[in-house]
Amino acid sequence: MPLLLDIFAQALNGLSYGVLLFLLSVGLTLIFGMLDVVNLAHGSFYMLGAYAGLTLIAATNNFWLALAAAPLAVGVIGVVIERSCLRPLYRRGPLDQVLLTFGLIYLFEDLVKWIYGGKIRSIPPPDLFSASVTIWGSTVPSYRLFVIAFGLVMALALWLLIERTRLGAIIRAGVFDSEMAAGMGINIDRVFTGVFAFGAALAGLSGVIAGPIQSAQPPMGATILVPALIVVVVGGLGSLKGSLAGSLIIGQAETFGKAWLPGASMLIIYVVMAAIVLLRPQGLFGRPLK
Amino acid sequence: MDQLTRRKFLAGASMGAAAVAAGPWVIRARAQGAPIKIGVVLPYTGVYAVLGESITQAMELVFARENWTVAGRKIEMIKEDDEMKPPVGIRKTEKLIDSDKVDILTGPVHSGILMGMRDKVHNSKTILIVSNAGADAISRERCSKWIFRTSFSNWQPNQPMGGWVAKNVSKEAFLVAPNYQAGKDMMEAFKETFVPAGGKVVAEDYPKLGETDYAPYLTKIRQSGAKATYAFFSGTDAVNFVKQFDQFGLKQTAKLCGAGFLTEPDVLPAQGKSALGVITGHFYTPLLDNPTNQKFVKDFREKFAGKMPDGFACQGYDTAEVIVRALKAVGGNTQDKDKLVAAIAKVEYDSPRGRFRFDPKTQNVIQPFIYIREVKEVAGGLNNVPIDKVADVRDPGTGCTLPA
Repeated sequence: MPLLLDIFAQALNGLSYGVLLFLLSVGLTLIFGMLDVVNLAHGSFYMLGAYAGLTLIAATNNFWLALAAAPLAVGVIGVVIERSCLRPLYRRGPLDQVLLTFGLIYLFEDLVKWIYGGKIRSIPPPDLFSASVTIWGSTVPSYRLFVIAFGLVMALALWLLIERTRLGAIIRAGVFDSEMAAGMGINIDRVFTGVFAFGAALAGLSGVIAGPIQSAQPPMGATILVPALIVVVVGGLGSLKGSLAGSLIIGQAETFGKAWLPGASMLIIYVVMAAIVLLRPQGLFGRPLK
Repeated sequence: MDQLTRRKFLAGASMGAAAVAAGPWVIRARAQGAPIKIGVVLPYTGVYAVLGESITQAMELVFARENWTVAGRKIEMIKEDDEMKPPVGIRKTEKLIDSDKVDILTGPVHSGILMGMRDKVHNSKTILIVSNAGADAISRERCSKWIFRTSFSNWQPNQPMGGWVAKNVSKEAFLVAPNYQAGKDMMEAFKETFVPAGGKVVAEDYPKLGETDYAPYLTKIRQSGAKATYAFFSGTDAVNFVKQFDQFGLKQTAKLCGAGFLTEPDVLPAQGKSALGVITGHFYTPLLDNPTNQKFVKDFREKFAGKMPDGFACQGYDTAEVIVRALKAVGGNTQDKDKLVAAIAKVEYDSPRGRFRFDPKTQNVIQPFIYIREVKEVAGGLNNVPIDKVADVRDPGTGCTLPA
């Protein structure tokens, strides 16, 4: 019985970590899937979200307002970046895009350092979720339960948006064949801008959501990029379902690795990634490689 | 080097012209008055940039007080960013020693960089004043005649805590620290006095450096039933660990104690109320009421926009103070290195942390006190309030046979 309780407690930890990874990586995978752009600056949007959230909470003392407004602000920055920097590069090779978005990491990091300094900051959890609750003998911060619920609702909402709405159909059409979609009267430029801004806003959202659990400091954008990329590779580039499945698998693998094999915990997610990529090079839900 | 040629040429040419115009007097003055070069290898980017910044700011505060001049020679700080990466730190060390030919080297933060630079420093007979990295080995089997340390050995803030925790908190502790040399050094030092005082280590865990989710470890701490947790983390790790520890409701069941870095002023504001009640051992707190410290805190806050000095700033202060005092003692002569080393070893003064002096056995600082501090709400916000202290804490220096 104690073993079962232990598994339950750690699985819950793994779930909350996995959901956080999902929120982090879903924007990255969406942008890749729709625009074919590997946006290395995704972590920077995550950082900008966290700092926008911090600023809003400091000004209004309202976590929920920050959670709603910070992603919008980051989305606007996404529009500017897409229009000014990425647009001229769509016709060029992926290397140019990688170089550009890699450069943006440094630009945004210095910008944040310039405005806020290098100090470590953090977002306090909202009062509603500041305590912890006991479920079946294991104690969990109630904020983590909120993150789990929020992340799963987000996953469902995103799925409905892309698969079940007119807007989703337009986006999918643009991805499938952008010239044909343009011929049908769809403003494909605007769709691309919208998708990029939406992906950036999702990264910003995860920056606020992660705030009460983790700390904010300018290099955070670069450090978060590695786990986000691993999730995208495991789940399959561009797949929403893959992003969710990849996050949950990596979340559990890392959590149980830390709990049961502490000496090898750093290795485990890489082993899982290597194994999945060996068996399915396109990732769990990725489009088959041509 | 290439892109500098033109500038160098112009500088050289104008200096030459000035020398010709002013005659031999200028040339003599330049030989004696060449600036004293202080090399600094610290992290200025990445997660530990704030540590590098604190150390540098306090050094600049001391040098500015001396108008950047000692014994008639200008002081020049050459700062290099080691990015907390041993290969980078070692390369920068070589650059400072071989091409800049610094008179005195200071830094680093990372113990791995210190261990990596040690042989280069020792073999080139460069004077190194360690301003942070606590690797015990530098005061033990890897000590060197050319290496002094103003900060601490990892052993120092932890060893007194073992007995204190066993006596005042609990005899059952869960140990947790990042998986690298400093983390292991510190836990070993804690055990040295905890176990003989009847303490039992229930379990120990070593998460990776830079961990963001401590949930699996926190669940293990709860299930272990330990009444005390002894931890060492610093920087963002310290913020994440302390916040998550509180969010998991562990503060009520397993008293959190640790090495002072866990709740230093660089992390305390971000930890907020989660840090209340955390007990740590450290050689410094800005609340010390000696006059040197009061002046230091006032000057530091005036110069750096109200920033509260932390232990790292105290280390930077002492590094610069030792340099200034030793250089004054030798009249600014940096050529006779043996004499300069002897002068550094003899430096003794009132530091913000108390009476500062080096241990002749190891050339590591003797901590005047290790303060047992509790995080409390005081005027000006959260701070580390001293509740007890242990005097004259010196590293055992096992295996160090100076002069090496």
